[in-house]
Amino acid sequence: MKLRTALWGAAAATALFPLSAHAAAHEGERGRDGEVKIIYWQAPSILNPYLSGGTKELEASSLVIEPLARYDTEGNLVPWLVDEVPTVENGGVSEDLTQITWKLKEGLKWSDGTPVTSEDVKFSWEYCTADGGGCAQSEKYGDVTSVETPDERTVVVTFGVPKPFPYGPFVGAQAPIIQKAQFQDCLGPKAPECTEANFNPVGTGPFKVTEFRPNDVITLEANENYRDPNKPAFATVTFKGGGDAAAAARSVLETGEYDYAWNLQLAPEVLTQMEAAGKGKNVSSFGTSVERIHINFTDPDPQWGERRSTADHPHPFLSDKNVRKALSMALDVQLLTEIGYGEFGRLTCNVLPAPEIYASTANDACKTQDIEGAKALLDEAGWTPGPDGIRQKDGVRLSILFQTSTNAVRQDYQALIKQWWNEIGVEVELRNIDASVFFGGDPGSPDTFQKFYADVEMYTNNFDGTDPEAYMASWTCDQAPRPETQWQGNNMMRYCSEEYDALVAEMAKTGELEERARLAKAMNDMLMQDYAILPLTHRGRNSAHANSLGGVQLNVWDSELWNIADWYRVKE
Amino acid sequence: MTDNHATDPVIHNPVGPAQAAGKPRPPRNQWLDVWDQFRTHKGALAGAAFFIFIVLAVSIGPWLWTVDPTFIDIRARNQGPSLTHPFGTDQLGRDLLARMIKGGQTSVSVGLMAMALSVFLGTAVGVLAGYFRKLDGPLMRFTDLFLALPLLPLLLVILLLFRDVLRAAFGPEAGIFILVVGVIGITSWMQTARIVRGDVLAIKEREFVLAARSIGTPNRRMITRHILPNVLSPIMVSATLGIANAIITESALSFLGFGFPSDFPTWGRLLYDSTDYLQQFPERVMWPGLAISLTVLSVNYIGDGLRDALDPRIRGR
Repeated sequence: MKLRTALWGAAAATALFPLSAHAAAHEGERGRDGEVKIIYWQAPSILNPYLSGGTKELEASSLVIEPLARYDTEGNLVPWLVDEVPTVENGGVSEDLTQITWKLKEGLKWSDGTPVTSEDVKFSWEYCTADGGGCAQSEKYGDVTSVETPDERTVVVTFGVPKPFPYGPFVGAQAPIIQKAQFQDCLGPKAPECTEANFNPVGTGPFKVTEFRPNDVITLEANENYRDPNKPAFATVTFKGGGDAAAAARSVLETGEYDYAWNLQLAPEVLTQMEAAGKGKNVSSFGTSVERIHINFTDPDPQWGERRSTADHPHPFLSDKNVRKALSMALDVQLLTEIGYGEFGRLTCNVLPAPEIYASTANDACKTQDIEGAKALLDEAGWTPGPDGIRQKDGVRLSILFQTSTNAVRQDYQALIKQWWNEIGVEVELRNIDASVFFGGDPGSPDTFQKFYADVEMYTNNFDGTDPEAYMASWTCDQAPRPETQWQGNNMMRYCSEEYDALVAEMAKTGELEERARLAKAMNDMLMQDYAILPLTHRGRNSAHANSLGGVQLNVWDSELWNIADWYRVKE
Repeated sequence: MTDNHATDPVIHNPVGPAQAAGKPRPPRNQWLDVWDQFRTHKGALAGAAFFIFIVLAVSIGPWLWTVDPTFIDIRARNQGPSLTHPFGTDQLGRDLLARMIKGGQTSVSVGLMAMALSVFLGTAVGVLAGYFRKLDGPLMRFTDLFLALPLLPLLLVILLLFRDVLRAAFGPEAGIFILVVGVIGITSWMQTARIVRGDVLAIKEREFVLAARSIGTPNRRMITRHILPNVLSPIMVSATLGIANAIITESALSFLGFGFPSDFPTWGRLLYDSTDYLQQFPERVMWPGLAISLTVLSVNYIGDGLRDALDPRIRGR
């Protein structure tokens, strides 16, 4: 008898432990904490991530619809609508890496009360890959040949090729499960016409939409069929969109009108000053975003007409590795990071700074500035100062056009970098282009970052999820934007190395994690040691939440609202 | 009509007895009359004084204050006003006084040059349209066309199209300068043209023009000798307003992040860079803001004073 009681106690303690770990005081019934107000300074226009590539739509819809598994704050996969993540070890992934089997949780219900079945999962794949439809997340379903549903709760995904990383389909906020009953008449070209479904999707998430006003405000209420009877703590959500980053930050940190503000790209001293008002605090987390300089390996001179900035004409001086190295040596990345991002930025010498196992340590020399060394290197390479102080060799002057998007922090970076490069005898002209044009990708505009009609350019890029394969494959020869590809492609530098391409091909065939990490590091080191990309700052994502809002765990690998079911109101 | 005083015979002179007997007063230079009238307008006088001060400050300033406006002294960032930096420093430690002077050079010279261009265009179009009936329709429709164009998008397209050409021909800074001046000049002449045309139409019907025509004055002489001097007053006024307008347009372009490169200070660019720091360092917004608004205000007052001074009917009252 005694023993039995003790066992019960132990079992109860174990079961309760994860919950009691973070403040037992906020446990209770669903909807006990009233309303939570969220502000995104970019307003969502739709609640269907399959029809929009925008982060704002993705995050807003993650309140309502969910994937089978998602990434936690560390970038690890966690089961969401399933009990465990399939792996080769637990038999969920086949030995030849072409099949993955997911098993849904028992008793899952949609917010309208109907059960979630494997048919819904299969339908999500059909929806995104239907003919004639423009699915924004189709790369998530790349190489999927079939999705089978042997029973109500089992989903088997088969790939046409071995997939060392089979967690594309149905994983992460980009690939959530949508209800077949609601969307079955919305396939292909008809997808955008289903306004009611796109604005008010039935989901499994903690909230359901009560009213959606595109590009303005969304009101949501707790989903009474949510799988955990005690969650969410909030009865309603008001999700306001629009405005600018400064106003959003102010409404949380200074006036306390809102509880949560997303993605505050502001100078560190501005945010710190706002935080001093005492209403809320800044939170930041580091993903894979790196502010970097890309070096153009091809000649952007207008005399080449249509063929400018293509591999037909190598760059007159940036194709010299010594020049690129000298440019890199002249940078003081420590100072840049401190001024531009403060505590929201970290030093890095890699274009692939995270996750931990992929981060190389071979390039740390970039952390120290060496102006004298850069000068000596250029002298040695035959670039000597001309009468105007600008270095030249064989009539070629080191004169650089440096472009980036319009943003206060970037213009500060430009000014500082210009001063350092001037010191080593390089002439620099600065240009800044409106972000919507620069990142717009319009093949008709000469000012896009793909066209790269400049010598160097600076911006930030990152990749979704934790697997760098697709990201590292951006810099192969055939990824270079050029007229034949309508100027699309990710290899802005027009970097081209057979050795690099071979590493990319090898990684696509490699399944073992350690080996993949070694390959990814090797590719990163190659780019760094060739000075094709000069990394400047590892940027954090920073958001702000009210002091009275508890449970926020900023997630850069998935939607920031991934754990909103666990948010609660801190009682005074 | 201004230079007719000396030649017109005085037939009835009701104030004759009151005049000093014997020799009449020597004819006064009309510009002296204008100056006398202008002097009575206190606002215009203050405005002129301030504008001259600004022009002197930005033109002689760099010799008196020799700090390099683009030099980054990162240890001295975000400083308030002090003896070494009278206006303080910006977020990268660049001296704000030096930047204000350099920025003023650009802004004021853009203002003056663009004004000259737009006044020239506006006057030419206005006089031609008003004087030659055949040209009136086409030229005025042309003016309407320009008035209907949305200014800012047009500016952006022009900047995009011609930036590379001019940059290659004149270098980055001179190229952009020519572009900005040209763009502001050719998009702000329409008001001048309309006002001038109206005045020319009225003056064309006056007796002295008829008289000049009857003695066979050719069109070229008619315009330069009789019409232009009489429309000088609206031209001068729109010229001063044009300076203000050009300074504001340039500031707006820089404020939006277009126009000059980001390390090339202009008042608009300084204002734009400071807005993020409005709370921490309000003085940084104040300096360029004050400079822009006071310069524009002073120029407007000068225009107001000139209008009064150039109108012989008001003069002397």
